[in-house]
Amino acid sequence: MTVAEEPLHRALGLTDDELAMATAVLGREPNHLELALYAVMWSEHCSYKSSRLHLRRLPTEGSRVLVGPGENAGVVDAGDGVAVAIRIESHNHPSAIEPHQGAATGVGGILRDVFTMGARPLAVMDPLFFGPLDAARQRWLVEGVVAGISAYGNSVGVPTVGGELTFDPCYAGNPLVNVLCLGALPVGRLVLGRASGPGNLAVLLGSTTGRDGIGGVSVLASAGFGGEGAGTDDAKRPSVQVGDPFEEKRLIEACLALLDAGLVVGIQDLGGAGLACATSETAARGGVGMDVDVSAVPCREPHMAPWEVMTSESQERMLAIVTPGDWPAVAELCARWEVRATVIGTVTEPVPGDGGAVGRLRILDGPGGQVLADVPAASLADDAPLYDRPRAEPADRTARLADDPTADEPAGDCAADLGALLVDPSWVYRQYDHQLFLNTVVGPGADAALLRLAGPGLPPSERGLAVTTDSSPRWCAIDPRAGTALVLAEAVANLACVGASPVAVVNCLNFGNPEHPEVMWQLSEVVDGLAGACRDLGLPVVGGNVSLYNESAGADIDPTPVVGVLGLVDALRARPPGMGLVAGATVALLGERAAPGDQPHPLAGTRWAVERRDRRSGRLPALDPAAHGRLVALVAALVSETVAGGPGLLASVHDVSGGGIGVALAEMAIAGGIGARVRGIAGHRELFTELPSRFVVATHDPEALVARAEASGVAVSLLGMAAGDRLVVEDAEGTALVDVPLAELTASWRDALPGRLDDVADAAG
Amino acid sequence: MAARVAVVVFPGTNCEHDVVTAMERVGAEASLVWHGDRDLGPADAVVLPGGFAHGDYLRPGALARFSPVMEAVARFAAEGGPVVGICNGFQVLTEAGLLPGALVKNRGLRFVCAPARVRVDSDRSVLTAGLPLGTTLSVPVNHFSGSYVCDPATLARLRDGGQVVLRYLENPNGSVDDIAGVANAAGNVVGLMPHPERAVDALLGSADGQLLLRALVQQAAGVRAA
Repeated sequence: MTVAEEPLHRALGLTDDELAMATAVLGREPNHLELALYAVMWSEHCSYKSSRLHLRRLPTEGSRVLVGPGENAGVVDAGDGVAVAIRIESHNHPSAIEPHQGAATGVGGILRDVFTMGARPLAVMDPLFFGPLDAARQRWLVEGVVAGISAYGNSVGVPTVGGELTFDPCYAGNPLVNVLCLGALPVGRLVLGRASGPGNLAVLLGSTTGRDGIGGVSVLASAGFGGEGAGTDDAKRPSVQVGDPFEEKRLIEACLALLDAGLVVGIQDLGGAGLACATSETAARGGVGMDVDVSAVPCREPHMAPWEVMTSESQERMLAIVTPGDWPAVAELCARWEVRATVIGTVTEPVPGDGGAVGRLRILDGPGGQVLADVPAASLADDAPLYDRPRAEPADRTARLADDPTADEPAGDCAADLGALLVDPSWVYRQYDHQLFLNTVVGPGADAALLRLAGPGLPPSERGLAVTTDSSPRWCAIDPRAGTALVLAEAVANLACVGASPVAVVNCLNFGNPEHPEVMWQLSEVVDGLAGACRDLGLPVVGGNVSLYNESAGADIDPTPVVGVLGLVDALRARPPGMGLVAGATVALLGERAAPGDQPHPLAGTRWAVERRDRRSGRLPALDPAAHGRLVALVAALVSETVAGGPGLLASVHDVSGGGIGVALAEMAIAGGIGARVRGIAGHRELFTELPSRFVVATHDPEALVARAEASGVAVSLLGMAAGDRLVVEDAEGTALVDVPLAELTASWRDALPGRLDDVADAAG
Repeated sequence: MAARVAVVVFPGTNCEHDVVTAMERVGAEASLVWHGDRDLGPADAVVLPGGFAHGDYLRPGALARFSPVMEAVARFAAEGGPVVGICNGFQVLTEAGLLPGALVKNRGLRFVCAPARVRVDSDRSVLTAGLPLGTTLSVPVNHFSGSYVCDPATLARLRDGGQVVLRYLENPNGSVDDIAGVANAAGNVVGLMPHPERAVDALLGSADGQLLLRALVQQAAGVRAA
């Protein structure tokens, strides 16, 4: 059916019931412009109408939380008068269609969310998910997404300090491009995105408004894809916005200067749903109304209709609320930074109505001109429909849990499996500036990023910030609830590797089509898994994002919750040990050698099972939150002794995650340029199991390490020694499971991405 | 009195605060000068920091050379004042004709951010004065257009005149003759692609950049004394 044949509201993405709701709110049929406003604001992307009901179950309270979910970014108190703003988002659908601009504008959008709070963006992280690289389209996507992040992030001047790179066939038709940003601000500069003070001016800052990105939230973000390369998907390309990092750089500097000078009452970025969202949200949050003169909006091209102006997602724009008295100073400061500033509206008194005073959003054609739209601002921002969509456990769940690859025989060639699991991500992160601001003590490629807590305009502090993003669609596909808990546990373990204690969580929940009951079941399970793990580990959720309709040709992606966890280090004076082995050090495992019960070394959901054996079933190991808490506290304490400038007990440290002890040992040997000999590993199961709550460490003082571990109630096993130029792993009988030259492992690791991207591209070129 | 360093800020420059921090670390006073200003203020040395001046639109440095402040920079250089362009600043100096050659897109056509080892191959510049030839430094690079090119006659002149001040040990971008930094004939104007301001603290991985910046500060102090 073509657009012309269906009713206008459906073409805009509203259901018949939603049209009836809007009609009831207004007491009349909405006109075209009003329909466009409701369509974008009540889209899945803006309203979270399918997920809000579930997200309420996440814990959001914490002693350091200054701003929780619902604002543009979460904000936590980092001490020393500094607050940290953090936010994570997805830009999946735009990146699937136009990888370079899709990823670039994802970076731009998240930066605006953070500096809207008054924070200077200091670091970005990018978790990326693609299909296998043997398909040309996937290589095009990876090249484009990485180049887009590189082009925008480097130019705008915010370092990209980490991320993740995951390949799985489920992302072939719908890649995931998530982006996390953190920023810091003096606590006193914190601002919220709300309008107040009738008579105050609504000022549009930044870029002109064009026809790019119209319907981004409704056409693109809130519907799935037909299939790989389908013509209808390519036709959505005009809904992808185009980014200009140079405009954004000036906008950041101008906005932070305006906030420093105390010249704004409230400020809000323009992202999804553009002016419709920014005007209605600021008015609704402030309990006021707003008159917007649509003819005053500087447009990029002539003859734009009011609905186009109001819903355009042109990038690099902000809406500031300023007093009339401050307007000349605002205009002058913006001119200094060469940023366009235009008064486009006025804050208005709420209008008395039946149920109390109502702030109305009115769209006018010229000052005092014809009223083109008149709706309650809160009806757009807050009163979207709330759906409790049907949920259903997948029919094959019981069978899938029972079909466990742990028992599979034969073991196969452990050395070959190990080599194939090694991937050096530096092909990606070498394209990102990860050093700007002189804060990056530990950058990409490590367990977590570790940054000095410093930046222009911040009070001096000796503290450090740590941040990590983690996910495991392998685990979550098998058991979304248990898998999500394990993901959070791993994130906390990653922070411990740089000596940090976790303080806050953000989450980006990527799922398939919410109209599929199995997908809604996954979402509900993931929320419960995350909520439970957050409570167990004492962590608040300060923000999140839900991305639905990640499907292609009717097939949903595996549930992909991504968590970002922020950690703090009290005294950052020296570099942490890092994962590189040191010659002569004793290699040890902190944590349990085996799981209780009849499966000491489960393989369900491991990289070995999924990537090497294509087995995606079985039962995940359980997380013991108390034991996990003891272990990560011990590791964080041991590492923080080094970080604070002391001698420290650890020579190297790495958490055991994807690929198990085998991959952990190999990565540590590669990073240190030194081999290792390890004994007593119980076959391929112990080598590749991803049992949670374990670290491989190296120390020059094993007796002291054992004493510290025992005093903390943490199990410890001495595995072997770092030495030589081979990685040798033997079982209890002395039979070698792995015995390979380090140079060979290093080559497998180093060439994994370039071998699949550069060579192929060069050959094709 | 500490040497005074003017750090030029174009719209789109992003390393200015890092350069200020690094210059202060080596004992200088640093202040920011906006690209629209026609006066550098009291300055013993000028640094053009890295970033994306004017968005690098058209070509890196191609628009920045027309910024009003560049007339003052050219005057300062003509009078013998020390001028250093780092990364984007190097690109601006070549576009402005204050340094020979040009910087084109990296071999491989990708951005590269990585540690780089460079060797001091000439001490005839304000950035390398007093450093033993052959000194190896670890200083990060961070650029898309960092491949230095020039015609053969210019290259011969640069070599003969001791104007190639820094060379890469492992060429990250395809620069001709592994060139990482060049000086003008007088040695008072230097451009380099590596970022010495990112290597002033062992906490961040290297403090080798301090050697270069200290040399600059000493030269700046010398200029004022003379």
